[in-house]
Amino acid sequence: MTEYIRPRDLDEALDARAAHPDYMVLAGGTDLMVNANHKHAPAGIIDLWRLPGLGGIARDEAGLAIGAGATWLEVARDAAVTERWRPLAEAAREIGALQIQARATLGGNVGTSSPVGDSLPVLLAFDAELELASVRGRRRVPYREFCTGYRKTLLQPDELIACARLPSPDPQWTTRTTWRKVGTRRAQSISKVMGAAVIELDRDRVVRSARIALGAVADRPIRIAAAEQAVRGLPLADAAEAARAATRTAIAPIDDVRSTSAYRREVAGNVVAYFFSGIIS
Amino acid sequence: MKVELRVNGQLREVDCSPWKRLLDALREDLRLTGTKEGCGEGECGACTVMLDGEVVNSCLVAVGQCAGRDVTTVEGLAHGDLLHAVQRELVACGGAQCGICTPGIAVCAAHVVDRGLATSRDKVRELLAGNICRCTGYQLIVDAVINAAKAK
Amino acid sequence: MPRVDGVAKVTGRALYLDDLEAPNAWHGATVRSTVAHGILEAFDLDPGFDWSRVVVVTAADIPGKNTIALIEDDQPALVAIGAPIMHVDEALALVAAPTRELAFAAARAVKPRVEPLPANFDPAASTHVFKEFRVRKGHATDAEFDAAIARAAHVIEGSYSTSPQEQMYIEPQAMMAEWHGTACHLVGSMQCPYYVHKAMKVLLGCGPDGVVVRQAVTGGGFGGKEEYPSMLAAHVAVLAKKAGRAVKMVYDRDEDIAATTKRHPARTRHRLAIDAHGEICAIDVDCVMDGGAYLTLSPVVLSRGVLHAAGPYRCPVVRVRGRVVMTNHPPHGAFRGFGAPQTTFPYERQIDKLARHLGEEPLALRHRLALRSGDTTATGQVLGASVGTDEVIAAVRDAAGPVPARDGPRCKRGRGYAFYFHGAGFTGSGEQRLAGRATVAALPNGRFEVRTSSTDIGQGALTIFTQIASQGLGVDAALVDIIEPSTDRVPDSGPTVASRTCMVVGGLIEKASRELRDLLPARDRELTVTKQYEPPPGVHFDDETYTGAAYPVFGWACCLVDVTVDLDTYEVRIDRCVQAVDVGKAINPVIVRGQIEGGTLQALGWALLENIVYRDGKVANANMTNCIVPTFADAPEIETMIVEVPYPFGPSGAKGVGEIPMDGPAAAVANAVEDALGVAFDALPISPEAVFAKVRP
Repeated sequence: MTEYIRPRDLDEALDARAAHPDYMVLAGGTDLMVNANHKHAPAGIIDLWRLPGLGGIARDEAGLAIGAGATWLEVARDAAVTERWRPLAEAAREIGALQIQARATLGGNVGTSSPVGDSLPVLLAFDAELELASVRGRRRVPYREFCTGYRKTLLQPDELIACARLPSPDPQWTTRTTWRKVGTRRAQSISKVMGAAVIELDRDRVVRSARIALGAVADRPIRIAAAEQAVRGLPLADAAEAARAATRTAIAPIDDVRSTSAYRREVAGNVVAYFFSGIIS
Repeated sequence: MKVELRVNGQLREVDCSPWKRLLDALREDLRLTGTKEGCGEGECGACTVMLDGEVVNSCLVAVGQCAGRDVTTVEGLAHGDLLHAVQRELVACGGAQCGICTPGIAVCAAHVVDRGLATSRDKVRELLAGNICRCTGYQLIVDAVINAAKAK
Repeated sequence: MPRVDGVAKVTGRALYLDDLEAPNAWHGATVRSTVAHGILEAFDLDPGFDWSRVVVVTAADIPGKNTIALIEDDQPALVAIGAPIMHVDEALALVAAPTRELAFAAARAVKPRVEPLPANFDPAASTHVFKEFRVRKGHATDAEFDAAIARAAHVIEGSYSTSPQEQMYIEPQAMMAEWHGTACHLVGSMQCPYYVHKAMKVLLGCGPDGVVVRQAVTGGGFGGKEEYPSMLAAHVAVLAKKAGRAVKMVYDRDEDIAATTKRHPARTRHRLAIDAHGEICAIDVDCVMDGGAYLTLSPVVLSRGVLHAAGPYRCPVVRVRGRVVMTNHPPHGAFRGFGAPQTTFPYERQIDKLARHLGEEPLALRHRLALRSGDTTATGQVLGASVGTDEVIAAVRDAAGPVPARDGPRCKRGRGYAFYFHGAGFTGSGEQRLAGRATVAALPNGRFEVRTSSTDIGQGALTIFTQIASQGLGVDAALVDIIEPSTDRVPDSGPTVASRTCMVVGGLIEKASRELRDLLPARDRELTVTKQYEPPPGVHFDDETYTGAAYPVFGWACCLVDVTVDLDTYEVRIDRCVQAVDVGKAINPVIVRGQIEGGTLQALGWALLENIVYRDGKVANANMTNCIVPTFADAPEIETMIVEVPYPFGPSGAKGVGEIPMDGPAAAVANAVEDALGVAFDALPISPEAVFAKVRP
């Protein structure tokens, strides 16, 4: 029989996690509960759904902190996210449909770190940092270091994801933030290519720096360093083609039942070019 | 494990594994068979219910997570013989054909209409995209939801 | 009149198979093949598994003949030891247990031992032709035909391929059996109770009273619950016998996609020859369908494909050759349109290419060449009344409006048309052979019953029958009950297929109701009138030569599609879809709209994003995440126009509507994409990957 623990706060959750590393940590269940009736029941469940202190979205000088328990519906509806980190709000609306957005959490998306997790390229583009907690204490890890392979992460067996922190854009520069999803259909779809970018421009519309991230083109969500380097110092007008070419060379996507390697490579290039040429918030 | 939850306004108890899907607890333990299973993967939306006021796929919810929470199923939309506006309009507009997706669509549409979110046909299409219907081509369902929103 | 079952469905009170109270029923599960071809040598039962609460069934437990009787008896209910396995996910053994979880665990603990054999998945390499059909018009020999082609001023040639398609009814296959003495009672999700009845008589080795088959409320079919439910029925019947209790089987979505029938994929070569005046002078079609591992309904699907392959156009010389061949794919089967969508796509692409060649406006060309009353079809059928050609084309022309601006930022736009027809009712002399019957009864309590084996699978049969009967009887609809289709209570009205329910069975109900009305004054006991199908005068088809009236009547339709192609992502978006369909008479316009729009969206899905990916004979995308169908957000606003050119022999003038909307839109999409990009798209689906491959070769 499956044991069930509903902690009252994060400390209790961390105690439970330390005591029962074999238990399933369950929040919205949108990944772990798929075909649950055919899966072996876990030895126990540590239920983080609506855990006090794990949800919530807070904004301060440094930026935005999103609790791991926040759902994508809450992220999409949040005024601060919509105002300053709009791609995250918009990407949140592309994570499944309403029923999924009401349950799927930031912590779940980050913890699973699927190559097609739609929030992850956005977190990479914003250079998000994760706060991980355990009974041993807390530590911070940039998301770009957190995911180390296909659904592999640095999360230790006794750790929980507490929150993600997204730094505020540097007010000194004009910052453009943008994203695009290319899915198997127009809603409730798995990404074939998903991308996001944060681009800093100086007064002459020259690219000062760019963070460009893609999902669904590798075994994990990735930054496209070659494209980031290629656009640095270029006028915006020239950056699109440079980014397109660099992206296509930099990635090696796969063929699968949803798409082809050639298509993903081509469209990833187009998506990244669009970040520079398109109408950007 | 005993799980006490509020279903359609009534306090109910189920005694089962906390890992059991809310969908199965509703259908088997509480014999509320209006909620349907179409895929078990959170793709089709036929099992849509409201959990604490938000729409969710009940096939992706562990019933242990529902202790002390509020669940509304299709059986809870009408008041006696008085149908919810979206139910009435689904019948009137021809929005139900084979009917297997209809409970999930009725629950999701009722949520959308009651929250005042059904502001345009495109908005309805976006918000109901988690409910697959294979019979109607969706047009008559959109008609029904828009009509229900106007009636509110 | 709103649907009679509407309130039950919107409140969740309608009871589908899995909703039925069956507290003591055990759950069945299926042990399936993992190889596409091989010999089943033995089963090993995992010794670590507790088998005490499980019933295991193999082919040896089948009381009668181990076959799913349909057209030919080539498909076993379970592969016997020593017999060949013909496809992946073929049923090898069965288990039943008190819970579904235990049943699935038991199924995993049964390990088949199999000697693998080489498999073939390529129809072109198949040496086993299930069935071949040929239509000849205006020539006696192939040499004469070749001469006609040689005389042509110009020949448009093309090769086309259409993909397999999953029906994706939202209620998976479901069936329950329980034995009462020597009789097996089956209830389930199905289109055709008497198909199941026929198959079970053979499988159980019993007479007509040894099996009773009843339809539960059914959550969609689209053809997918035409023949396949006999397989589930066979499985639960034998399990229930051995378990000594009710056994129910409800497929998982993944299992349903992997194991049940799909639309036949097809490859078609088409030659369209025109004379110096721009008239079609010869049509040559060669179509090969992949039947999969067993014959199932393939000959009938092929027949309909062949009979529609020349299209609704005048032509004196026609040759159509069609073959359906065996491969080691799971059997392909019935799906809305039933072969016609596979041959409509080629001919409507060809007509579009002809328009381009002649520089003629594509809709005007169709209007000029189309069949009308008095013209003859490819089988020599002289069209009588109810040919809505002019009306459907005019409806679309009037609605069309200006062509949208061709190019936008990073996109191109185009417009495409399709004009097409669909034979209503069974092919050829099928309706006569079937001799479907329907009964209308006046009960002593003042109520009326309609007894037919036609099922409501969402298309609205219950409502339409209520309307027809109440009108024929001259009584209030509230007094009319449609009896639930159970083989011990209703006559065999034929299966619920082929766009025949309203037109054929509804026609019988209309006749019976009118006759009963005249008898009513004498009522003091139950009065019944039963009517049997009789063909309209002059309708005859020769199955040997494939000539004559292939169908009692055709539906006619015209479709307009506007698309935008995104040049960054190669996605095709449907901006507009106009469908005008001649249905004879819309007895219930809302239900007719629902049929047209639902069928249209299935066709648009087939055109753009639906597909079955086979890998070594196995469905590689067997879940709803990867085997996708359109959502609310993918569907365009469909502009439906109901055209009514009455059919004198249908109830109130009605003819079939269920299938026709599936036939044409895919070609209209392809024509629109070619209009946008200037590149021909002759294979489905027109996925972004396919567009990319064509645009950036």
